Amino acid sequence: MPDTGYLPKEKVKDFIRELAKDAIVHVPCLEGETVVFRPFSEDRELCLERPANTPPKSIIYPQSETLFSFEHKKDPEDHQKMSVELKVDIDAPGTVIFGARPCDARGFVIYDRVFIDTDTPDPYYKKRRENTLVVTLSCAAPFPGCFCVGVGGSPAGKEGTDAMLTEIAGGYIVEPVTEKGKAILNKPMVEDGSTRLKDAQQAQQKAHEAVKNPFAGGMPNISPELFDADPFWEQALSKCVSCGACTYLCPTCYCFNITDEQVYGKGERIRSWDACMFFHFTLEASTHNPRPTKFQRFKNRVGHKFVYYPEKYEGAIACCGCGRCIRYCPVSVDISEIVNDLGGGGKKEQQPAGSAKND
Amino acid sequence: MTDIKNPYLPELATVLRVIEETPNIKSFQVLFNDPEKMKGFTFQPGQVGQLSVFGAGESTFVINSPPTRMEYLQFSVMKAGEVTAAIHNLYPGDQVGIRAPLGNWFPYEEMKGRNILFIGGGIGLAPLRTLILFMLDNRSDYKDITIIYGSRTPPDLCYKDELKEWEERSDVNLILTVDNEYPGWTKRTGFVPTVLKEVAPKPDDTVAITCGPPIMIKFVLEGLAQLKFRDEDIITTLEKRMKCGIGLCGRCNIGSKYVCKDGPVFSLAQLKEMPDDV
Repeated sequence: MPDTGYLPKEKVKDFIRELAKDAIVHVPCLEGETVVFRPFSEDRELCLERPANTPPKSIIYPQSETLFSFEHKKDPEDHQKMSVELKVDIDAPGTVIFGARPCDARGFVIYDRVFIDTDTPDPYYKKRRENTLVVTLSCAAPFPGCFCVGVGGSPAGKEGTDAMLTEIAGGYIVEPVTEKGKAILNKPMVEDGSTRLKDAQQAQQKAHEAVKNPFAGGMPNISPELFDADPFWEQALSKCVSCGACTYLCPTCYCFNITDEQVYGKGERIRSWDACMFFHFTLEASTHNPRPTKFQRFKNRVGHKFVYYPEKYEGAIACCGCGRCIRYCPVSVDISEIVNDLGGGGKKEQQPAGSAKND
Repeated sequence: MTDIKNPYLPELATVLRVIEETPNIKSFQVLFNDPEKMKGFTFQPGQVGQLSVFGAGESTFVINSPPTRMEYLQFSVMKAGEVTAAIHNLYPGDQVGIRAPLGNWFPYEEMKGRNILFIGGGIGLAPLRTLILFMLDNRSDYKDITIIYGSRTPPDLCYKDELKEWEERSDVNLILTVDNEYPGWTKRTGFVPTVLKEVAPKPDDTVAITCGPPIMIKFVLEGLAQLKFRDEDIITTLEKRMKCGIGLCGRCNIGSKYVCKDGPVFSLAQLKEMPDDV
């Protein structure tokens, strides 16, 4: 079996149908003007031309999920006595994410450290992650706001990916990354792509060079003095409306809330995405709030991604540079600009990653 | 997938006894329904637990009975929000859920052979109570034990029976205060940090452990610094809004530290290294 496959463009749908035989295949679909991941069905309009507006994070880490259900029961012998029954049912069917971008896949690696590589792994995330195959599509060109190369990624980065497609003339080169990913080369629609791998590599290189790196030194370099200077945040965030959209669209944000819902003695404990951008997120019952202002909250968001997370995980940055928070912010807050400014006012004009470094 | 322990799934427990400590604080003594679980349960003084009322939710409280007294686990709860209101409605026999132990604990090994100064305010005595009782159960390991405790009014003092007991013990120096004069109150009046200055305990070979409302802690820390306590010898246990209890959900962090997992116990030396969103 060759190491590299080739999927002709006209067979993409057949290939998805083939994958859908034994898994739920989530594909980027055009709905009105937005691209979102949906379980594949014949009536969907597949869209591989641009990154989805929302990342595929909800497929492995749902926006809302039941941790367990509970039921209060009366003791049949003694009606004064109640008992409680708890039930856990982790729903993790075989799943394929098809057409995620490398930044999206990298987001899962950032989650893996938090949800799996800990002394208290999260069984819900872990089970879904294990049952999901991630087939990414490398980016041919950057989109507005993209800055993956500034945070150690690449439009053809393979972290978190099981197999990667790269568009070349007439179709896609299929590069397996993991054992799990290798299996898709066996699908009948996939031809031998070995001889054309170099075309894909050239396309990948070209794409990498086209992505702008917003950071003056090539990588974020946060000055602790500026990071702790309140006026910096007040100035940088004056326009932020604390809507939290950036966190919901972020492939690396994972803050959550846990709440109970019940009707007539039966109910569920539910975990739902939450956002550190909200006032009530840290509000204590005593009315004390450790992060009462939007400046402190945004500082925490930037801090978590570029300072605190790297402190915990050997320098790894918890931002994949997908640019969604920049593209979709209603008031155009630009995290890459803020992080660059935190470097002490380095050069602000954006430089393509491939061009000579400006000293 | 290998079966891993589900960190979100509480262990079922039954309320054994409810004690009304103050007009808005109750203590709940609970037992795991599974006697094996109760027998095998271990924790360290200062560790916390998530107490669930199914249908209302769960909140974090310190286990304020010491590991030296395992007849039950005790949590003291001030009625402040939705979950604590539901907890306050519990009666003996009611079913609850517990996820415990969570977090770190008081460095009691390093406190051996030293003088101990406890400074508490209001419900803040709860975590101190665990360590006080633990130390009284291992009394010979520690030198002088001083407790400065205050609340707004005399009825707001927690653990009144124990306060009486400690007052009578010759090996404990208990100093009580309430904010203002109150009919029948003959002891000190004044805020805890003020009383700390008046009492002026010596920092020599002494560890200070404090817990109370954030504003009290702030001024107690200043007071201890004025009394020349070293930052390493000042220990506090923090309160935060917490949900998951395992350092994931993102709300109790101070910088890269999660109060629910890396805390709740920190020394002032550690806190000074951390961002100031306490």
